[in-house]
Amino acid sequence: MRLEVKDLRVQYGKIEAIKGISFVVEQGEIVTLIGANGAGKTTTLKTISGLRPVSSGSITYDGQDISKMAAHERVNLGISQAPEGRGIFPGMTVLENLEIGKYSRKERKSEMAEDLDMVYGLFPRLKERVGQAGGTLSGGEQQMLAIGRALMARPKVLLLDEPSMGLAPMMIQNIFNIITEINKQGVTILLVEQNAQQALQRAHRAYVLETGKVVKEAKASDLLNDPAVRAAYLGTGAEKGHH
Amino acid sequence: MINLRDKGAQLWEGWNRPKRVTFAVIAVAIVGLLPFGGDFSFTSILNTPVSSYQSVLVYPVGMFVLMALGLNIVVGKSGLLDLGYVAFFAIGAYTAGVLGIHTHLNTWEILPIGMGMAMIAGVLLGLPTLRLRGDYLAIVTLGFGEIVRIVALNTQSIGASTGIPSIPTPPKTFGLKFDIVHNNSYFWVVLILILLVIWMIRRFTVRRPGRAWEAIRQDEDVAILMGVPILRYKVWSFSIGAAIGGAAGVIFASKTQYVAPNMFTFNVSVLILSCVVFGGMGNIWGVIVGGVILAYLPERIRFISNARQLVFGIALVVIMNVRPDGLLPRKKREKLGAVKEAKEVPNG
Repeated sequence: MRLEVKDLRVQYGKIEAIKGISFVVEQGEIVTLIGANGAGKTTTLKTISGLRPVSSGSITYDGQDISKMAAHERVNLGISQAPEGRGIFPGMTVLENLEIGKYSRKERKSEMAEDLDMVYGLFPRLKERVGQAGGTLSGGEQQMLAIGRALMARPKVLLLDEPSMGLAPMMIQNIFNIITEINKQGVTILLVEQNAQQALQRAHRAYVLETGKVVKEAKASDLLNDPAVRAAYLGTGAEKGHH
Repeated sequence: MINLRDKGAQLWEGWNRPKRVTFAVIAVAIVGLLPFGGDFSFTSILNTPVSSYQSVLVYPVGMFVLMALGLNIVVGKSGLLDLGYVAFFAIGAYTAGVLGIHTHLNTWEILPIGMGMAMIAGVLLGLPTLRLRGDYLAIVTLGFGEIVRIVALNTQSIGASTGIPSIPTPPKTFGLKFDIVHNNSYFWVVLILILLVIWMIRRFTVRRPGRAWEAIRQDEDVAILMGVPILRYKVWSFSIGAAIGGAAGVIFASKTQYVAPNMFTFNVSVLILSCVVFGGMGNIWGVIVGGVILAYLPERIRFISNARQLVFGIALVVIMNVRPDGLLPRKKREKLGAVKEAKEVPNG
């Protein structure tokens, strides 16, 4: 698995949201894109998963240019996203949500029980809630469901869009522990976060985005100690500032 | 308020197979015997003034239910607002008219052709427009419905404003005669079509297309992220709905033996959509009840002549206020607290 984004540009109408960014995600890594609101983090993820069209530049996955490929085919390749704001299906039960996460894997029913066990292993809470409607879960549980559902597709690379958004500090810790665990099981992760502190602690490498451009690229641990990054994203109050 | 939908579902789930089959057979038999209901003193209250009761059962009642079930796949199951459903009804009816007059094909042979024509129209309309969402799709489909009617109105070869008269009735089949005095035969044909559609929808719902439609309806973007090829499934939904509308059109034309553009106005689309919304979007039983009431009631109260539409309108407004999700809405799980725990983990 190797995901490479090169000179990517994305437009909303006439407004350019992504102004030529490049980055790589290597097999087994956790790579994080950090930056303020409006920096283009979510747009970048949506473009990789195919929800937004590419204006110019390329997205290559294992050497294959996927920038024009239909979104559902990218899922088949092994790119799976847990959407921002815990986009679960509120009217489906936890189990139905998880089952539909397997949609791309067609008739491989034999995998279902095995993968449900894998997800329940990571998120025991979901097993307790299996028959409950997604919309009735707590915020943290919904985030668990979104991640669990993305894992059902047996992704090679998992795209996570602000998994900490709106969660209590305890739950944030919990979710990030699990993200680290998923990565240890061999899934490559591209993580978009406003909670730079957590993201940098967990990731191997990081890119800092500002208004649609990559302004810095480094090992996550180095950025954690970088005075400029500390001032901009980890400064006083940063821990409380992400709601 | 009692939730009839959940009560019914609960009862049904508690039954074993023989019980379910018995119930279904009895229910179908009762519905099948409905045309005779007008003949007995204690059920003669069903009789409609002015129009013949047996005829009313075919059109509008049976037809509305059939079309509402078709439109429900599009609007209720997949969440695509189609305001031009009448177009497919018209295409089916005109196919029956043109082929009935100019060829030796009988109604049963024309039926699949009419469905096919409507389906093709559904695909042709769907491919470019189903990329649109919500309101935009509604506007485009509304336009399509009008275009079909206006084209029919301006095409001399299909009779322009006078339409196509003397469309042949179906041949005698299984000893059943089809003509103006044998409405019951039509009713049973429509009933069979309705049962087939119900069966088809129930099969779809538990399989991949049904799950894809449900995902698309709940959140299109997330459905894409799950690997659902949404355009393909939207076009499918649209064209299956269209085929059902086309089937209704063919039967309609062979019953009235006459089609004209003014039968296929925007009004019809709205009425069918009303059946779906009034009965309970997404729930086939609700849609059926909605279709029956909206088709039958105006005929039943025809004795108040001019005030009929007013009374009907007021009744609609009142009921929609009391039950905004329709008479028998689909399960609203996102609003319930704890839903019963799943007893087992299904294997797929």
